[in-house]
Amino acid sequence: MRFGEYGGQYVPEVLKPPLKELEKAYKEYRDDPEFREELDYYLKNYAGRETPLYFAKNLTEKIGGAKIYLKREDLLLGGAHKINNSIGQALLAKKMGKTRLIAETGAGEHGLSTAMAGALFKMKTRIYMGTVDMERQKLNVYKMKLHGAEVYPVDSGSKTLKDAINEALRDWVETFEYTHYLIGSVVGPHPYPTMVRDFQSVIGREAKRQILEIEGRLPDCIVACVGGGSNAIGIFHEFIDYREVRLIGVEAAGEGLDTDRHAATLLRGRKGILHGMYSYFLQDEDGQIKTTHSISAGLDYPGVGPEHAYLKDIGRVEYVGVTDKEALNAFLELSRVEGIIPALESSHALAYAMKIAKEMDREEIIIVNLSGRGDKDLHTVMKYVEF
Amino acid sequence: MEKKLVSFIVAGDPNIEATLRFMRALSRYSDIIELGIPFSDPMADGETIQKANVRALKGGMRISKVFDIIREFRRYSNTPVVVMTYYNPVFNMGVENFVRRLKEAGGNGLIVVDLPVEEAGDYLSICRRYNIGTVFLAAPNTPEERLRKIDRACSLFLYLVSLYGTTGVREDISNLAINFLKRAKRICKNPIYVGFGISRKEHARRFIEAGADGVVVGSAYVKIIERYGDSEETVRKLEEKCKELKEGVLEGSKNTFLRR
Ligand SMILES: Cc1ncc(COP(=O)(O)O)c(C=O)c1O
Repeated sequence: MRFGEYGGQYVPEVLKPPLKELEKAYKEYRDDPEFREELDYYLKNYAGRETPLYFAKNLTEKIGGAKIYLKREDLLLGGAHKINNSIGQALLAKKMGKTRLIAETGAGEHGLSTAMAGALFKMKTRIYMGTVDMERQKLNVYKMKLHGAEVYPVDSGSKTLKDAINEALRDWVETFEYTHYLIGSVVGPHPYPTMVRDFQSVIGREAKRQILEIEGRLPDCIVACVGGGSNAIGIFHEFIDYREVRLIGVEAAGEGLDTDRHAATLLRGRKGILHGMYSYFLQDEDGQIKTTHSISAGLDYPGVGPEHAYLKDIGRVEYVGVTDKEALNAFLELSRVEGIIPALESSHALAYAMKIAKEMDREEIIIVNLSGRGDKDLHTVMKYVEF
Repeated sequence: MEKKLVSFIVAGDPNIEATLRFMRALSRYSDIIELGIPFSDPMADGETIQKANVRALKGGMRISKVFDIIREFRRYSNTPVVVMTYYNPVFNMGVENFVRRLKEAGGNGLIVVDLPVEEAGDYLSICRRYNIGTVFLAAPNTPEERLRKIDRACSLFLYLVSLYGTTGVREDISNLAINFLKRAKRICKNPIYVGFGISRKEHARRFIEAGADGVVVGSAYVKIIERYGDSEETVRKLEEKCKELKEGVLEGSKNTFLRR
């Protein structure tokens, strides 16, 4: 239930029984062969797993350092890793007899994948989304509606992801009897951080098998962006015990770590409690949660999953920051040299990988988790780059 | 035992001086004042109290000023003050530091909305050490065994949430609430106060008749503050509302007494 000291269940009393129910159901189905089979079926035939591990030859040659591989989560249905978790949880919710799904979303990717799962499993779906994010992720809002989901605008607080979570929790407090709250990252009260990690760790299992097949050895380094931390944990988990594999989580440094405009929770935050978990948070001297900034809506969150807090403390994962500008450059670079448009979130990981690849040997291997594709971000990028 | 009315407002909504005037008005008919600490992310609160949190924070409310308010209030009132907060501001200040300062300011009790009993080990012993009363919440879906555990952790009263939902004014009170209250009365040793959704004399009366030892009212007051702001009108209306609710409490207790 805890990762070192982090995690826990800091929730209003009403939510204790539904969390217990969820924990029990998850324990029961997690290792149930039938459930696993069904999940694998949908991941393969519906979502499009497994995803390729692609050697980015042009990018590697251009940089002239370590070999850069991309784990192509961007090729999944919906265009991001989020679907791995949404299908898993929706299937579980179905088994639990729930008839309605709610979710929060920042970039809209999790909202979209939950809307898809809702359509697939015939469940009523409502997505909470901050009005700031609705503006910068218009396309995803439209897509969610296409799938029959209701997109509920959240106009409180910073009008972004954290406020969408607050609003989803308020909904759940009223509707838990028939509603499953499908949290989109490794955050929230236990058992979410563990459950979401388990559903996402398929990324790392595949990547390990693939790199062993292609290169005959483990990578030297794995880089992933960290918002709540689900794509990062998803690819790291399988490699945690291989100490020789360097694991790097990239946070959004926004306009710079020394400004007030970033979302680098592990680099600049302090321990605290929000959204049911004990973890790191960006907060002021009074413990009020801060408003964050990132060019990418999916990283624009003042908290982080408790397992990352633990992995930072024990030094197993290095956490670094990449600015809006660096991410944007990486976005443009990959689009140009490989013909792949990465999500702005994933561009943070890519930017850092490009930076360190230069200083590494040509024999060395980096895997970047390309957590999503960038179509959703064109609206944002167009504001910065004109042709 | 005399039935109680607990009146809640948010500290610093819309400013400190107004809060003190409001507390004074409410203390004329309330048995306990519950003072909310504004938080950036009040996830257990409905729209009315969320907005009050925003007003207070915009007005420059700081945690340390909550203690100042209580200290000032103590100069002219003995009405017990219970502070209601989310856990992060307490954790951030350090539980012991927070509890000590609350005690020194003249506070009587503490409610931490998102701190369930499982996570409250140290917190409980610190509150005990400083003689700050503890209040935990229970909800209609709280199983019996858990209700006992919650009851053991309370020293002031047990706060029974009357519904599945967030704070906020509701039209009516439900059977769910009444049945839960009856179940809790059988099991718990602490006085049981019912809250969430209570806004009228009628609600207060019915909960007391059903066996509650007290009722907690918040959003009904906060709505008045929202509407009339920092004004004499607000003070008058708060007092009126408070009087109305107290009458409900008194009528309810008379009826329970007669029925016995
Ligand atoms: C493509 C993509 N990558 C990363 C993230 C960040 O989330 P997490 O850190 O949970 O992977 C998001 C979130 O919306 C996303 O859409």
